[in-house]
Amino acid sequence: MDYYGYRGFIARILSSLGLEPGDYVRIIKSNGLVIEGILLPRYSLVDEPILVVKLKNGYNIGIRVDESDVLEKIGRVERGSPGAPVPLAESIEVGDKHVFILGCGGTVASRIDYETGAVKPYISPEELTLSIPELLKYASIDAEQLFSILSEDMKPWMWSKIIDETAKIISRGYDGIVITHGTDTMSYTSAALSFAFHRGLPVPVAMTGSQRSSDRPSSDASFNLVAATLVASNAPFAEVTVVMHGESSDTYALAHRGVRIRKMHTSRRDAFHSINARPLARVWPYDNRIEILDWNFRKRGDYSLAVDNGFDEKVAYIKHYPGPIAEIIDILVDKGFHGIVIEGTGFGHVSSDAIESIRRAVESGVPVVVASQTLFGRVNLNVYSTGRKMLEAGVIPVEDMLPEVAYVKLSWVLARTRDLKDVRVMMQANIAGEMSLRHDLNLYPRWVYE
Amino acid sequence: MSKIDYKAIGLKVGLEIHQQIESSHKLFCNCPPDLIEEEHVVLVRRLRPTRSEVGDVDPAALFEWRRGRYYEYESPLNTSCLVEADEEPPHPLNREALVVALAVARSLGSYIPDEIYVMRKIVIDGSNTSGFQRTALVAIGGAIEVNGKIIPIETICLEEDAARKIGEEGLKVKYRLDRLGIPLIELATAPVIESPEEAREVALAIGRLLRLTGRVKRGLGTIRQDLNISIAGGAKTEIKGVQRLELIPKVVHYEVLRQLRLIELRRELLKRDLSKDSITYNPVDLTSKLARSSSKILRRAVESGGVILGIKIPKMKGLLGFELMPGRRFGTELADYARFWAGVSGIIHSDELPGYGITGEEVNVVYETLNADPSIDAFIIVADIREKALKALSTIVDRIRVAFDGVPEETRAANEDGTTRYMRPRPGAARMYPETDIPPVKVTDELISEADKIKPEPLNVKLERLISKYGLSRELALEVLMDIRLDLIESLIEKYHERVQPSIIASIFVVTLRGLRGKGLDIEIITDKHLEEIVSYIAEGLIAKEASELILEEIAKNPQLTVREAIEKLGLRAVSEAEAEAVIDEIIREYIEEVKKRGLKATSLIIGKAMGKLRGKIDGRRVAEIAREKIEKIIGEHKT
Repeated sequence: MDYYGYRGFIARILSSLGLEPGDYVRIIKSNGLVIEGILLPRYSLVDEPILVVKLKNGYNIGIRVDESDVLEKIGRVERGSPGAPVPLAESIEVGDKHVFILGCGGTVASRIDYETGAVKPYISPEELTLSIPELLKYASIDAEQLFSILSEDMKPWMWSKIIDETAKIISRGYDGIVITHGTDTMSYTSAALSFAFHRGLPVPVAMTGSQRSSDRPSSDASFNLVAATLVASNAPFAEVTVVMHGESSDTYALAHRGVRIRKMHTSRRDAFHSINARPLARVWPYDNRIEILDWNFRKRGDYSLAVDNGFDEKVAYIKHYPGPIAEIIDILVDKGFHGIVIEGTGFGHVSSDAIESIRRAVESGVPVVVASQTLFGRVNLNVYSTGRKMLEAGVIPVEDMLPEVAYVKLSWVLARTRDLKDVRVMMQANIAGEMSLRHDLNLYPRWVYE
Repeated sequence: MSKIDYKAIGLKVGLEIHQQIESSHKLFCNCPPDLIEEEHVVLVRRLRPTRSEVGDVDPAALFEWRRGRYYEYESPLNTSCLVEADEEPPHPLNREALVVALAVARSLGSYIPDEIYVMRKIVIDGSNTSGFQRTALVAIGGAIEVNGKIIPIETICLEEDAARKIGEEGLKVKYRLDRLGIPLIELATAPVIESPEEAREVALAIGRLLRLTGRVKRGLGTIRQDLNISIAGGAKTEIKGVQRLELIPKVVHYEVLRQLRLIELRRELLKRDLSKDSITYNPVDLTSKLARSSSKILRRAVESGGVILGIKIPKMKGLLGFELMPGRRFGTELADYARFWAGVSGIIHSDELPGYGITGEEVNVVYETLNADPSIDAFIIVADIREKALKALSTIVDRIRVAFDGVPEETRAANEDGTTRYMRPRPGAARMYPETDIPPVKVTDELISEADKIKPEPLNVKLERLISKYGLSRELALEVLMDIRLDLIESLIEKYHERVQPSIIASIFVVTLRGLRGKGLDIEIITDKHLEEIVSYIAEGLIAKEASELILEEIAKNPQLTVREAIEKLGLRAVSEAEAEAVIDEIIREYIEEVKKRGLKATSLIIGKAMGKLRGKIDGRRVAEIAREKIEKIIGEHKT
């Protein structure tokens, strides 16, 4: 029996007394000690006879109870309605642009229930603009929650849904779209949108998320959301971008091209970096300022809306390592996968004993795309003999494309053609800014040691 | 200071003692818990008031945020990491620190829960980069006996210290992150303390108990006392950050005084037939009338684009200058409110005029412009940019209206002289929710047995041990128990008792150090290391026990000196027996007639002269012995 996380005799006693989380409970221990507090659900996965209560002073504690202790219900916490957020600005002049905020996971604004610690997200336009009134400086806001999922649960069919929804919103005439997303897989979704809209995006799509949850005063959620809203409403470029903190300070955000971005740190606010490319712009959300860093972009309004949606879901993405890689490739082919992306070592290599497996894959009509696990730099299979043998076996090297982007792109390409020759042409063509043929010396990070 | 009958006015004081724990690392990360001046990187952040139930936003925080308040953090690279910078989730709770808190709980007989939950307590003044302080309740209940009275303990918490505030410039507040995350034990007593002196004694007793674990930091800033003070008919005031024990009685006394005076002020207001409605918010622009004033304050404000606004306070002449605490008037309180809520640099009120370069003539102009009667009315002037000046005046009107209710509930900060100043309104119910990044800690039998190993023993047990095991007199042992460095004295006695008499070690602290403090020297700057070195030199026979006073005096005056340097500077290197004998021989030769004439009665003369040359270089008793032996020998020879 599981009763709000409680098991065994505690669960029996609680349910027989009708005690539920939010009730005031009195615990009289057999040694005479009396403790009163609000009963909380138990989240621990460890099965122990411990009751979790919130004391009057706000602290939670866990109390071991046994069958000789007495539990009593002494009342219930009066709960009002959750309540509207408190407006953080007295009045604000609303910008003349219109921006739509599409929620696809991640929480940008929320309230905490101090009793249970539960966090309730705000997504209605009213709640959002009350909590983050600075949004209104740049645009009037409409908003909708499409998904509320964890970043790691994102799947290609959801990319399609987000793309369809985005297209619909654009056709309604907004000046830009902001998409909120969990940060862990945001770069996959941003790449998917970039390919789907590569023929026609009239307005900016700015994706954003947060590295610090929105229940805390130090959350980066609102900063990022305001920066994304500034990009969506006012940026001169109409591209899919990821807009996140540019440094640890709350100073500027960076708008990265959706096919060049990678999360490079587990927890820092400035975890997102453009790899092998410069960000499109530096964005100063408090100062209404966008500083362009890469002038080679598609201009707002140059294209009318056109969508190429759809992704092949049977694509494998594997990393080369010193183990039995040949066997893995064989299994994928035998299991009927439609395409494989390999993160090769350095220039893009796999071990020599895997080359025959690659040849077999290609001969069975399964394209094998090669990117590099170094992330920085360009794949080159001409330098060593292993690479030349791989080329001869039929792999498709993809220059300086990020391996995750190569995976999204191959999924998108395979949904349009399964012809190996066409796949090769499309994978090696620069469709949405995902590759470039020259890197200057400054396009590589350096660490400060002093 | 003792004219008030504290019992009769219903004084109730509760203490909240925050003590830094000595630990190898901080509470939620692996940084060393040290304050060191070193290279740092700078971060700039803002904190957004979190929204909850309707209205449940700290009004002060909301106000600060709307003004665009931001925070600059200095992050020293060796004493802070991504955790303090709020760029990485906290590591699991520091077990060492938990054991110290549990040990204290065990010695107070408190109830320790079976699972400890780390909570987030919302604090958005910038002192925590996250916007909350992490804190965990480790025990409830228990008691400490102070002078025969049982003082109940309400809670014992383990929490992270806040960042160090190092400055403020306009909208920016600067903090340094080295102190953030140092483990603190927070111990709150029930509000049962009934006099200023008792408050000090309870704080002393709790401080001593904490130090007896041997695992807490000592020195200025490592222990901080907050006081909750109320009197009958007054209100609960929370006073933050009293660092020195000696200040506690003063702070309590002045707070009582302030509350009594506020109650008196209320009576006076009612006597003058005033009510809240009499105080109206009706600002008048005085810029054109006062722009040419010789007052620098006013001129500077106008020159930098500000205005001079005034407001009439009817029938309150004399009451703005009404003294609440020594040197602090009702007008001072109003100014503190205006500073906090409107960010102005100050206010000027009629009870302090003419002054600040404002002439009597100008005062009359103001009275006239405000349509006020100089014989009964008062006024307040604020010179600043219009928005801030307006906000300041409306804040002042609100605060004056509150005076009709008596004493407002406030959080105040202690000044150096024991008076206090307005800090912010008292926060509502604690806004706390679970720190979901840290799993609850199960209090295991192992944890408890580790805690019991450092659990302080009861004072009476310790007293008997000092007497029976180390041979201290009862009087000296009692003095040792009262000493702030009790833990150090004990550990030195334990370590050196075979080579240095325990009573000598104890005397260095309870006689010598206190004597130096009596001379007005700052003995706080003498470190544990200094003291241990002195004892070890005595143990090695390198210096005589008498040298300790001279050395400590020298170090108190020149704290940069090491013990060895002080010894050299003073020329206190110990002399050998042979060297001492030579010195004494020479003195006897000089006074040989005296010795021959007075015999043994001349011994004290010789000893006195010898000590003049040998003090601190050899044990005085030895000097006496040698002198006596030599004189006896001479007398013997003389007789035969």
